[in-house]
Amino acid sequence: MIALLVRDLRLAFRAGGGFGLGLAFFLILVVLVPFSIGPQSALLASIAPGILWLGALLACLLSLDRLLALDFEDGTLDVLATAPLPLEAALAVKGLAHWITTGLPLVLAAPVLGVLLNLPAQGFGWLVVSLVLGTPALSMIGTFGAALTVGIKRGGLLMSLLVLPLYVPTLIFGAEAARRGAVGMAVETPLLLLAGISLGAIALLPFAAAAALRMTIR
Amino acid sequence: MSLWEYANPVKFLALSARVQPFAWAAAAIGIFVGLAWGFFATPDDFRQGSTVKIIYIHVPAAWIAINAWIMMLVASLVWLVRRHHVSALAAKAAAPVGLVMTVIGLLTGAIWGQPMWGTWWAWDPRLTSFLILFLFYLGYIALWEAVEDPDTAADLTSVLCLVGSVFALLSRYAVLFWSQGLHQGASLSLDKEENISNVFWLPLVVSIGGFTLLFLALVLYRTGTEIALRRTRALGVRLDRHT
Repeated sequence: MIALLVRDLRLAFRAGGGFGLGLAFFLILVVLVPFSIGPQSALLASIAPGILWLGALLACLLSLDRLLALDFEDGTLDVLATAPLPLEAALAVKGLAHWITTGLPLVLAAPVLGVLLNLPAQGFGWLVVSLVLGTPALSMIGTFGAALTVGIKRGGLLMSLLVLPLYVPTLIFGAEAARRGAVGMAVETPLLLLAGISLGAIALLPFAAAAALRMTIR
Repeated sequence: MSLWEYANPVKFLALSARVQPFAWAAAAIGIFVGLAWGFFATPDDFRQGSTVKIIYIHVPAAWIAINAWIMMLVASLVWLVRRHHVSALAAKAAAPVGLVMTVIGLLTGAIWGQPMWGTWWAWDPRLTSFLILFLFYLGYIALWEAVEDPDTAADLTSVLCLVGSVFALLSRYAVLFWSQGLHQGASLSLDKEENISNVFWLPLVVSIGGFTLLFLALVLYRTGTEIALRRTRALGVRLDRHT
């Protein structure tokens, strides 16, 4: 498992691995927001948590079609499916690798982009906490979506259509926690629910993803 | 005699051919009586006036929209567990019907909401959940269309239906948390003695019954079409092999 994780990380960090693309997308999206709605700082401050969450979610989505597609094309997935390691575990590791290469950088970049959007000072901590708790769910749901569509040619757009509705609960609780944090309200309830979704996704979705993948590559 | 006998397409089609005329006729009568009764023979609501009459379309459509998904969930489970093709095809056949009913529910709701709430759309939990349900239907149908091999398509959509059901339920409670409602409470429920007056309730139940039978007839008909499509496909494959 660790070997698989190291391999995935190494592939992602090397040239052409696409590491940083998600981050760059996140940055550009956040920069475009003031252009589209105007530079009033009070308005920006009130929508900053939601925009940052939405940006992180879309950046996560953008990197999903690389998650399994390359391994599917070169046959790595066939090897993984017949390896002694259960496919569920392999997919959980792949989700973890995706989180480390995409989710974690997004979490770290979010406060910097928060400055650009004039996020209130008290909101930074809760923004980071909500993203730390929520992005694992995004990665795991994404792994499931990727497993579902990996055998389909030009499945990228279809995957967005399938994955985005699944992201709804995570986005609602995550953005709500960040918003409440920014205006100084109690954040405990949405944070706990968000953590619950993440834990549930980590516990159950590898099984669904492995089932879907077996159906494609049998 | 067990229910599983109808997993055989021939038996299913024979039964379906026998049931369908009755289902169509009963659906037509139910919808006609329900709507006519509701539109012409019930008094106007004392607050909402005659706009309340759209309820005889709105509630049945919403009822079918939700229950079609539940039926697809059951059919998907049967396919995953027992591998009966008819079951997978019935789930496929029900999806567009459910989608259309969701759209009807949303549209009639907007038309009703305009005079009552003064807006076509509000981010109310019930409305939002329905919009999310609409997206789930879209994704489900799109996945069926995208996968070439029919058995793989049935497998993948079944898994999507299972996972989607869990997330649809989660979304339902998430939007409750996220926004306070404008929509009135449930029109029908088992635990309450009376949500709406009997005058409105009876034609509504007739109309819901009519819509349910219409759904049944449509699904039977569409499943038959899917089976025929599958057969022509199989014939085509056999022809290709011989030539």
